Amino acid sequence: MAVEVLLWCIAALLATVPAAVAGAHRTPTTILVYAIALVVSTIALGTVAWALVADAAPAQTLSLAIGLPWLGAHFRLDPLAAAFLAVVNLGGAAASLYGLGYGRHEPEPARVLPFFPAFLAGMNLVVLADDAFTFLVTWEFMSLTSWALVMAHHRQAGNARAGYIYLLMASLGTLALLLSFGLLAGASGGYAFDAIRHAQRPATVASAVLALTLLGAGSKAGLVPLHVWLPLAHPAAPSHVSALMSGVMTKVAVYGFIRIVFDLMGPPAWWSGGVVLLFGGASAVLGVLHALMEHDLKRLLAYHTVENIGIIFIGLGLGLAFAANDMRGPAALATTAALFHVFNHSVFKSLLFLGAGAVLTATGERDMERLGGLIHRMPYTALAFLIGSAAISALPPFNGFVSEWLTFQAILLSPQLPQWVLKFLVPAVGGLLALSAALAAACFVKAFGITFLGRARTGVAQDARETDAFSLTAMFVLVVLCLAAGLLPGYFIDALAPVVRDLVSAQMPRQAVIAWLTIVPIAESRSSYNGLLLFVLIAVAASLARYVIRRWASHSIRRSAPWDCGFPDATPVTQYTAGSFAQPIRRVFGTVVFRAREEIDMPRPGDARPAQLHVRLHDRLWDALYAPVAHLVDVTADRVNRVQFLTIRGYLTLVFGTLVALLVILAVWQ
Amino acid sequence: MAVILDVLVQLGHSLLVLLLAPLLTGYLRKIKAHLLRRQGPDLIQPYRDLHKLLRKEVVLAHNASWVFRAAPYLIFATTWGAAALVPTFATGLAFSPAADLIAIVALLGSARFVLALSGLDVGTSFGGIGSSREMMIASLAEPALLMIAFTVSLLAGSTQLSSVAAFMQGPTVGLRVSLAMALVALVMVAVAENARIPVDNPATHLELTMVHEAMILEYSGRHLAVIEASASLKLLLYLSIIVCVFAPWGVAVAGQGLAAYAASLPLYVIKVAVAGFLLAVFESVIAKMRVFRVSEFLGAALMLALLAALLLFVSRGV
Repeated sequence: MAVEVLLWCIAALLATVPAAVAGAHRTPTTILVYAIALVVSTIALGTVAWALVADAAPAQTLSLAIGLPWLGAHFRLDPLAAAFLAVVNLGGAAASLYGLGYGRHEPEPARVLPFFPAFLAGMNLVVLADDAFTFLVTWEFMSLTSWALVMAHHRQAGNARAGYIYLLMASLGTLALLLSFGLLAGASGGYAFDAIRHAQRPATVASAVLALTLLGAGSKAGLVPLHVWLPLAHPAAPSHVSALMSGVMTKVAVYGFIRIVFDLMGPPAWWSGGVVLLFGGASAVLGVLHALMEHDLKRLLAYHTVENIGIIFIGLGLGLAFAANDMRGPAALATTAALFHVFNHSVFKSLLFLGAGAVLTATGERDMERLGGLIHRMPYTALAFLIGSAAISALPPFNGFVSEWLTFQAILLSPQLPQWVLKFLVPAVGGLLALSAALAAACFVKAFGITFLGRARTGVAQDARETDAFSLTAMFVLVVLCLAAGLLPGYFIDALAPVVRDLVSAQMPRQAVIAWLTIVPIAESRSSYNGLLLFVLIAVAASLARYVIRRWASHSIRRSAPWDCGFPDATPVTQYTAGSFAQPIRRVFGTVVFRAREEIDMPRPGDARPAQLHVRLHDRLWDALYAPVAHLVDVTADRVNRVQFLTIRGYLTLVFGTLVALLVILAVWQ
Repeated sequence: MAVILDVLVQLGHSLLVLLLAPLLTGYLRKIKAHLLRRQGPDLIQPYRDLHKLLRKEVVLAHNASWVFRAAPYLIFATTWGAAALVPTFATGLAFSPAADLIAIVALLGSARFVLALSGLDVGTSFGGIGSSREMMIASLAEPALLMIAFTVSLLAGSTQLSSVAAFMQGPTVGLRVSLAMALVALVMVAVAENARIPVDNPATHLELTMVHEAMILEYSGRHLAVIEASASLKLLLYLSIIVCVFAPWGVAVAGQGLAAYAASLPLYVIKVAVAGFLLAVFESVIAKMRVFRVSEFLGAALMLALLAALLLFVSRGV
């Protein structure tokens, strides 16, 4: 039943595409497309949420006679798919609602409108797919529609390059997944997931599958070192699409990884957890360090996606390591933490991208060094962005903290793992996770403080106007979710229980029944957390302090110029900038990670030219992994290029030579 | 009935830390003054300062936003909440299941986040310098603190401070290298987080050396009073954590009755006084370091804490 509803929803989304193509330049079409997307996403969200909460129904399957002849397309809705469909459609609904307002400012609607519902439909289809063929086709459909959206503003500097790199990495990823499914299906070639699930395969094949899946799904999710396209492509798209790509499409990639590694591949080897942990830890720290060095608001957010994907993969790696050692309880805890972070990240990252989009619409600027003081002109956007920032920085009582806290609890269970490598690796990764959480807070003090606080640095920031009501509604819906998941995490953990049970055959204890809505992952004497109580405590303490001061202390306020130690600076240019804010951290971490070098060009006394500070950063991964490949391709292309300019004699010789060579090979073969 | 009594004890405990915190600040100043052969201000001088600040008018910069005005209350509430959740004279109080050690560390992170934002709000270069340095210090201190939490909770099998305190009183602890390393690291972090010498100087207004004082430079009147009270609370909180984890002897357990509390309360005050004395001596014999040496200082703390946790991960289990 639910599968039919979902497929009808997808059909409705796809049906809007021709209408969008036909009437793209008229405002009613914009409203129509986003309104349909909003309604359909909400229906789909309601359907999967009901399926997830009801929990009783077994997986539902459905085949359609489309796609390859005699094979058809298989769809299946199990708890795992339902959880990820909830994330997809929640993000889709928020982005569509935002699009109702934001879409009116779109300069080239014909390049956005047709692809937006198609992209949503593509993501839904990937999660529903129940055979390798459908999965790969819809995966590629999702990649291509998102690529089209990245290229929507292709004339802006850098966007064409972003689209090109994205296309290359997406093709590489799909190729890896294709090979991975080829190995999974084996010689017998059963491409239905059910056949793959029940097939036996040797350990070497399983490890090859893991490597290929990490490459395929990891490149789409943005795991270091496959993340290079992500900070280029995600910011290039219109902001509500950036929100979808960062908040939702990366989660579809995580879904692909979980589906293959936890579900289809069979029991994992113990070292697979270690490998995943390693990639997760590296992504978490490198993602946030890159974000700290970034002054482009949307690119900063995109780098944070890399960080959060790292945190998710740390949880998944722990889950694999525990599951491989048959430690069911800890595996359930770690997997729940990862899945909860999937949800949380999709919520606050969508929120932040929508906020960045509002800033971009109001000012036309993404560069934080040219913003500032927006809290006075855009108070509601500022409030929403502030709450999103607190949530992504893993600060209690918001939702980001709960999932990181659960991950920490899982890490603390790892001394019981028997393998020595894991014993060393897990605490080190725990240290990396702690470091990335602290750095994320620093980064969002920078992002919010430089953009919204202080004084306006340019005229456009000075004249900014608050964004429209639709956009604000979309943001505040997500704000409410950030708070709800932070204050009442027990309900969300319980909703994830059927998913986790399917994946690792165990689940966390039921949380909603515990007194005072405290969450207790293992035992009360061991650890517990109550976001609601903390929130109430903070609210009561703050109101009490305010009341006492109102009642008994002085009320008077005098407005004056800033004190600033007696040297108030006249121009806003002398404020701290994003670059200067990050400078101490750049000196501490950047010299090693980025080979950061500062060069100061100080004019001689009497010389009137301004002094200059140049900072040079190197992306070591790009230099080590991607630059050599690009160079090799360039050199080879140059060599092969000569073949284009031969004489007719030369071409005939070439054909003759090839023919002879082929005949010789044939003769030798036989 | 029992629940009401529990909540009342918890509230009394919260009030106690609030009232005790300025006294600790005054006590530290007194000891430091004595070590320098000065008379020093009265023990209750911080209370007088707070009282005076509360009665003064607030001078607010023209472009200060609501963040600037709400921040003092948020910082105060968060810090107070965290301080109320650290066991002092009794463990297992009514609200202690709300937050374990990791959550308390994160709560302090929330307070710091708001404080750093308030430093950036007016748009002066001093506020910026303070916020930027504070976040750099925090980016090393917070992971160090979390690794210390890991070490302690691996030993005790719990991240709940009450359970940790109970474990540390038990016979199975013994002398451990990991614990010693964690203690050293915790002291280093506490010094850095509370803006004490050698990382920062609570008494300075010399621009180039300020961190905490630079962030709150624009605050005045009642706002400044609330921020000063939160700073005192934070110092007391750190000393309470050190005392609770590394010297939990004689701590009452919730439900033992008022007599037990009455016995353990003076003991707690003495323990904090000893810890405060040691801190004052440490501050007096050491020189303030340059800002960029702080990363080495805290890097050492982080490595010590990581090593302590790693040793435990390796030595336990099987």
